[in-house]
Amino acid sequence: MASQTTTRIRITRERSSRSLRRQGGLGERFIELAIRAVALVSIASILLILLFVGKEALPLITSGEVHREVTLGSMFAPIQTANDMAYVWQPVSETPKYNVLPLIVGSLKVTLVALVFAVPLSVGAAVYVSEYAGPRAREIVKPAIELLAGIPSVVVGFFALIVLASWVQKVFTTEHRLNSLVAGLGLSFAICPIVFSVSEDALRAVPRSYREAALAMGSTRAQTVLKVVLPAAAPGIAAAIVLGFGRAIGETMIVVIASGNAALLDFSLDRSARTITATIAQELGEVVVGSPHYSVLFALGAMLFLATFVVNFFGERIVHGMRRRLGTVS
Amino acid sequence: MTATELTLQATRMPAVVAATSPTVQAVPLKMRARDLTVGYSGKVAIQDVSIDVNQNVVLALIGPSGCGKSTFLRSLNRMNDTVPGVSVSGHVELDGEPIYGPEVDPVLVRRRVGMVFQRSNPFPKSIFENVAYGLRIAGVRDRAVLAERVERALRHAALWDEVKDRLQESGLRLSGGQQQRLCIARALAVEPEVLLMDEPASALDPIATAKIEDLIAHLRSELTIVIVTHNMQQAARVSQRTGFFYMGRLVEVGDTTTIFTRPKERETEDYITGRFG
Repeated sequence: MASQTTTRIRITRERSSRSLRRQGGLGERFIELAIRAVALVSIASILLILLFVGKEALPLITSGEVHREVTLGSMFAPIQTANDMAYVWQPVSETPKYNVLPLIVGSLKVTLVALVFAVPLSVGAAVYVSEYAGPRAREIVKPAIELLAGIPSVVVGFFALIVLASWVQKVFTTEHRLNSLVAGLGLSFAICPIVFSVSEDALRAVPRSYREAALAMGSTRAQTVLKVVLPAAAPGIAAAIVLGFGRAIGETMIVVIASGNAALLDFSLDRSARTITATIAQELGEVVVGSPHYSVLFALGAMLFLATFVVNFFGERIVHGMRRRLGTVS
Repeated sequence: MTATELTLQATRMPAVVAATSPTVQAVPLKMRARDLTVGYSGKVAIQDVSIDVNQNVVLALIGPSGCGKSTFLRSLNRMNDTVPGVSVSGHVELDGEPIYGPEVDPVLVRRRVGMVFQRSNPFPKSIFENVAYGLRIAGVRDRAVLAERVERALRHAALWDEVKDRLQESGLRLSGGQQQRLCIARALAVEPEVLLMDEPASALDPIATAKIEDLIAHLRSELTIVIVTHNMQQAARVSQRTGFFYMGRLVEVGDTTTIFTRPKERETEDYITGRFG
């Protein structure tokens, strides 16, 4: 059967293409170098920023002059006020008080509120788009949510200030119009797109064969999503939440506008809050360069930097651990 | 099965089975398809396929790539429903009940007609949880029951001895052949009446393939198996009946020995003797 169609294929190749010697190395090497340089520049700029921020915060540890007003330790210790010992941030009062705990609590409070609202909403939307929506609905919903990322945060802040604040006050009858709840809600607009986007990618990356296996076992659609697809996508969704946290704790404009900016050490949601970012944004423009206040603001910046770094680092490890437990990486 | 169902089947059976095969007359009918036509977005994949699937018999479906044998297999447990743009007409019965009726829940069909895929697809869960999956979604909570059923399914799939000490490890850590047997165990755990296998050994080495084939021979006593295969030797080894698909039609179906030695149709003979394929 094979004999009837035996044709000779003549191989005519140029001599050079059969040589094993490396060829045209220069262009190739140049491109490789250029790509490496680009990667190095981005790493170098991150390091330089950290170095600069650290340098400006350093007097807090080294300078005796600064120590008369504030030390690294006193930033976290209660301060003697007229009536009692308290955690207060009053950098421009007669005796400046630099306790950063109200700011840290403020930042965490607002970020947490934002995550509590944004994560279920975004993950739910991601599940809808990847598991339930038809092609047409997906083409509308997905870009619409991702478009949220394109709204300038000052506009979101403005919306929170005017619309959300009134709405929250009406619904929850809060005493203070601007509070952590309003700021957190506004902030959730900013992090929804990123949590949605990354979660949706994670869900879409779940192989079709898992869904098929689940359906063939007699799972309903909901069971397939809840028991197979979501657990398989859990590491990616965790990564999405970590990214959302980083974005929320670093977001400035929305909280400047909508949080009320009162630095209170207070865990309730219906009172004003002042975040680390809002503090830096509002005070750095007015501060005397090289003053204790100036150094403290940079120290706050460094703390923020470290916080995101630490969260990302542990987030990465948790995600990796989850993937290992699923067996998708070794 | 109730007594009435049995009598129903007994009375209906001879006429149907005798028409297609003389040697399996005594075997009751498990599933049957009549004039089944399936298309994807208007393009016909299989046309007017009528076939009987007898209980406790291994039916092999052979044919060249794209001939529609997988499409047919997937219409036996309504897995084609999950493909966008699919259209199905005709009639498929399971124990005399239509599975494409308007009141039929495909989820319940799939619980009785299990499936094993070409590429092993264990869930990214532990070995135990993979096998327990079907039981859990069916509402089994009792840990002792789960453990017992998981062990039984793994023994059935001839995998128990290899994994009994590492049930909590991820199913994805197993070798390819073990993964496929895990998928078989997962399908068996819910005690399906019919098991559909879509080229279950095509991605496996000869030793793993032999294990799967052994398994099929053993499982036959307890359930009905329909297996799609590219490999004609495999069809000859594992099945009692064979159907040959070509260009979306069922060309011929009959006893495996007959199909491989004295096929009625010219196309079947050409394919089996390797003239095309």
